[in-house]
Amino acid sequence: MTQEVVSVAKASALATGPSRKTPGQGRWLAGVFLAPAAVFLTAIVFYPLVYTLIRSLFNDGPSGQATSFAGLSNYAHIFTQSDAVEALKNNVIWVVIVPALVTILGMIFAVLTEKIRWASAFKVVLFMPMAISFLASGVTWTLIYADQPSRGLGNAVAIGIHDTFDPQTSYPELHPSGNTVLTGSGAAGYKSVATFAAGSPALLPLTGLNLVKPPKAAEPAVEPSSGAGLRGVLWNDFKLGGGGTPGVIDQGELGVPGLQVDAVKNGKTVATATTQANGTFTFPSLTSGGYTLSLPKADFSPAYGGIAWLGKNLITPAIIVAYLWIYAGFAMVLLAAGMSAIPRDALEAARMDGATEWQVFRRVTAPLLAPVLLVVFVTMVINVLKIFDIVFIIQQSAGGNAKYANVLAVQLYTDYGNQQFGAASAVGIVLVILVLPAMVFQVRNFRKESR
Amino acid sequence: MTVANSDIVTGTINRGFAARVVARTSGGALRIFLIVVALLWLLPTFGLLIESLRDPSQYANGGWWYAIIHPAQLTFGNYSQLLQNHTMSSGFFNTVKITVPATLLVVLIGSAAGYAFAWMEFPGRDWIFLLVVGLLVIPIQIALIPVVKLYSAMGISGSIISVIMFHVGFGLPFAIFLLRNYFAGIPRDLMEAARMDGASEGRIFFRIILPLGMPAIASLGIFQFLWVWNDLLVALVFSNSASQPLTVALASQTRQFGSSIDILAPGAFLSLIVPLAVFLGFQRFFVQGVMAGSVK
Repeated sequence: MTQEVVSVAKASALATGPSRKTPGQGRWLAGVFLAPAAVFLTAIVFYPLVYTLIRSLFNDGPSGQATSFAGLSNYAHIFTQSDAVEALKNNVIWVVIVPALVTILGMIFAVLTEKIRWASAFKVVLFMPMAISFLASGVTWTLIYADQPSRGLGNAVAIGIHDTFDPQTSYPELHPSGNTVLTGSGAAGYKSVATFAAGSPALLPLTGLNLVKPPKAAEPAVEPSSGAGLRGVLWNDFKLGGGGTPGVIDQGELGVPGLQVDAVKNGKTVATATTQANGTFTFPSLTSGGYTLSLPKADFSPAYGGIAWLGKNLITPAIIVAYLWIYAGFAMVLLAAGMSAIPRDALEAARMDGATEWQVFRRVTAPLLAPVLLVVFVTMVINVLKIFDIVFIIQQSAGGNAKYANVLAVQLYTDYGNQQFGAASAVGIVLVILVLPAMVFQVRNFRKESR
Repeated sequence: MTVANSDIVTGTINRGFAARVVARTSGGALRIFLIVVALLWLLPTFGLLIESLRDPSQYANGGWWYAIIHPAQLTFGNYSQLLQNHTMSSGFFNTVKITVPATLLVVLIGSAAGYAFAWMEFPGRDWIFLLVVGLLVIPIQIALIPVVKLYSAMGISGSIISVIMFHVGFGLPFAIFLLRNYFAGIPRDLMEAARMDGASEGRIFFRIILPLGMPAIASLGIFQFLWVWNDLLVALVFSNSASQPLTVALASQTRQFGSSIDILAPGAFLSLIVPLAVFLGFQRFFVQGVMAGSVK
């Protein structure tokens, strides 16, 4: 397979061999073969390039017509208008981070799969996202980044991990039933009005528990059994269908499990307990004296909602992750092909001389692979500079935070939509200027190859 | 083969039991790592597929992974809904109507020009070809506004033809680059023999160049097909509501992502299944095309 690939790439080397005179053929015939291409390239590529260059130097009228000569003010605009500056900043982030990351990832995968028998299956899997449109990838990843953990895999995982390490149960909807026993607020936590001592059970009534979907662990509340230490119960003083007496544990009312209760004396927490499935709690060590019972705010804090993937700070990294998913396979396939073209002898000679695998990689593989690495890197720089679709699609779901993902190509499209053709043209020319070094690299690379 | 090689190199004669265990387990760890990576890479697309097969009434119950535990939830309802949806079905057919001609035209025009650059003499040939190579990296964004104006002057704004023509224009630099290089590698003797026999340029082109150039032409065709099929920006600018392809029809739904996921998920999957089939079916040519034109 490699040979075919190389042959395509190297065919050019054969191209500019000895001159190929074509006796008896008129030049007009070459014209016939070239004419269709010339027409399309002139109308769709050359003429627009010149038009855009000129148009970028003119101001915009209200419906997009060119008005007066603007000099370079459309260009200055890119460096002053906040959305355009954001776009420029993000393009810089993309160019600095992404080509390097893609190349490194591709390199790692290429090296790791070198000795794996099912490497080609692995390559197909990683390469697949490249065949898919940015639109489909964008939809796929927007789904992952959805806020609701019931929809977005990203937040489902984030919340799963969070709850594993911080299993504190909390009931944001729960609050004391009346204010005669407990006072305070959900934001600050609640405290008992009276003090409690061992021997007199503390009945702390709450309400607001979701009775349609009660906590799985919750059992009917019971009076604390008598025994040593300060005892009490926290329960939901209400049952479906109503009835019952406030402040009394009636048949069918549920205990609130997993709540933290602090016993406080002179402003200091002296002991902490957690409620059982039936709502009861015990401080076995507190056998004498009166204590204020306190429910810390953690009991009532809203549940952890996950990560705002498409929020202000994470939207660009989130899109970059999606982009890595698309392009890592591309880099890997090119680099793997490059690696298989490295002469086995060189590697084996190095290994015979006692070089470790890392040394073989550093001293032999990497230098021989440098040209391919450069091609991958430059390709990614060009792609990243022009990036549009995936940013555009994921932005649609980001609401007000969309502007933090802005890039130049999207800015150009926005300006185009606002009929600011001068501004859009200037952004376009900036894009051309940015890819110019890549173009020079490519032409030189090609000429070198042809020699 | 590479595995065998490395065994010879590391040598199996003096290797102790401990070393063998280490080698085995580290190989196992590597294998597991790669399997995990591969599964991670498949996961997003798999999630989209499952999501597209879920009844909208199930969304409140949880994410697509619940459907794996309860496969009974899966249904083709969204897909049959999608086919009833006129915007989406006509979008799909527009995608075909745009992609097929845009691919064929680029292959044909590109082959002709590639042949001229490879085997015909005319002044400035190599310089013009270098110019074409340079055009490979020109971003399509710079051409949007002027071409919109050009089309409205020609009276073809919003038509399918206008979208096709733009794709042809920007597909040609890569086509010419790829094909010229491949055609130039065709043996000289063959060409000269044909010319001695008095074959016309047209005959040589159709009887020798096109058949012998098939591998490169196939690469180009697949590449161009995927590029046009997957395009969003060009169609966003040049098509109207009657000529818009599937990508544009779907993109307009992404604004209400949550409420239109029952259209978006199957629609996105429908739009990716064709390129995916092309990719899996013609992998070899696809990889070649990417390799040869990696600086597109």
